Amino acid sequence: MALFCLAQQRVQAAAQRAVPPPASAFTIPTAQLIQPAELNRLLHTHGVEKPLILQVGSRMMFTQAHIPGAEYVGPASQADGVEQLRARVASLPRTAFIVVYCGCCPWNRCPNVGPAYSLLHDMRFTRVKVLYLAENFGDDWANKGFPVEGGQ
Amino acid sequence: MLGSTLRRTLIAGFVAASLAASAAPAGSAAENLLDKKAPQFTLTGFNGQTLRLSGFRGKVILLNFWATWCAPCQAEMPVFAAWQHQFAPRGFQVIGISMDDDAAPARRLVERLKLNYPSALGDARLAARYGGVLGLPLTFLIDRDGVVRARFQGETDVKKIKSRVNALLTEP
Repeated sequence: MALFCLAQQRVQAAAQRAVPPPASAFTIPTAQLIQPAELNRLLHTHGVEKPLILQVGSRMMFTQAHIPGAEYVGPASQADGVEQLRARVASLPRTAFIVVYCGCCPWNRCPNVGPAYSLLHDMRFTRVKVLYLAENFGDDWANKGFPVEGGQ
Repeated sequence: MLGSTLRRTLIAGFVAASLAASAAPAGSAAENLLDKKAPQFTLTGFNGQTLRLSGFRGKVILLNFWATWCAPCQAEMPVFAAWQHQFAPRGFQVIGISMDDDAAPARRLVERLKLNYPSALGDARLAARYGGVLGLPLTFLIDRDGVVRARFQGETDVKKIKSRVNALLTEP
């Protein structure tokens, strides 16, 4: 009986840690999107609150270029990425201003921003924005002249 | 021998410098590759063999950057495999460069799709030399003289790519 209960607890714990069902980027409410120009303006405006910026996609792309100050979390379409995102924000107040972005693929094909938004929403964060990158990070951010930095 | 931290810093600096050039709204580094010699590279393919761009000199090359997390890439890859079969006698060669963070899932996909062309794991340094791979899929067409003649970024109608391949194959 004790063994059964232990197994059941482990199954429940695993289920709680499981990757959320794949969520399309289209599931993100429009009101929660932030346009590249708007984020860029925010980053360059003195005296306003700066968001915590989290990249929830590929490390290879993050290493090449990312938004200055952004932190690499990992692909939110994968279990490890979800866990890292959860761990990174766990201790933050639910009113923290967070921007997540990926830009790996065209918006409707991105496997990462939907699950990332979904997780933060489920964790009751109230000020989450998702950077809208219609085509990819290169076309919609770097090649627009918005700032990037390289490195890990 | 460079320490790994120093090496990473140098690579990051190299990548950042390359991207600084590509940050201009027009004439990005990637676009500037057009009509220029394709950057050379030597990698170890997922099949364990050396994959050297210069080894395909004289052929029309379709250089495709892909990743396992890129759905449109996976839609294109079987098409490219079919073209490899169809156009190989005319001097056509597909080369795949995975932009995955780890080799294992990429190798598994190559095996699952039974790709008939060589693929290897790329890195940030190679990506920078091709103008930065900051979105997938990304495909370059390189002519028989080793010159980059076309660049297709994002989900592209494969008919457009095929038309350019055909045109390059008919060039003397």
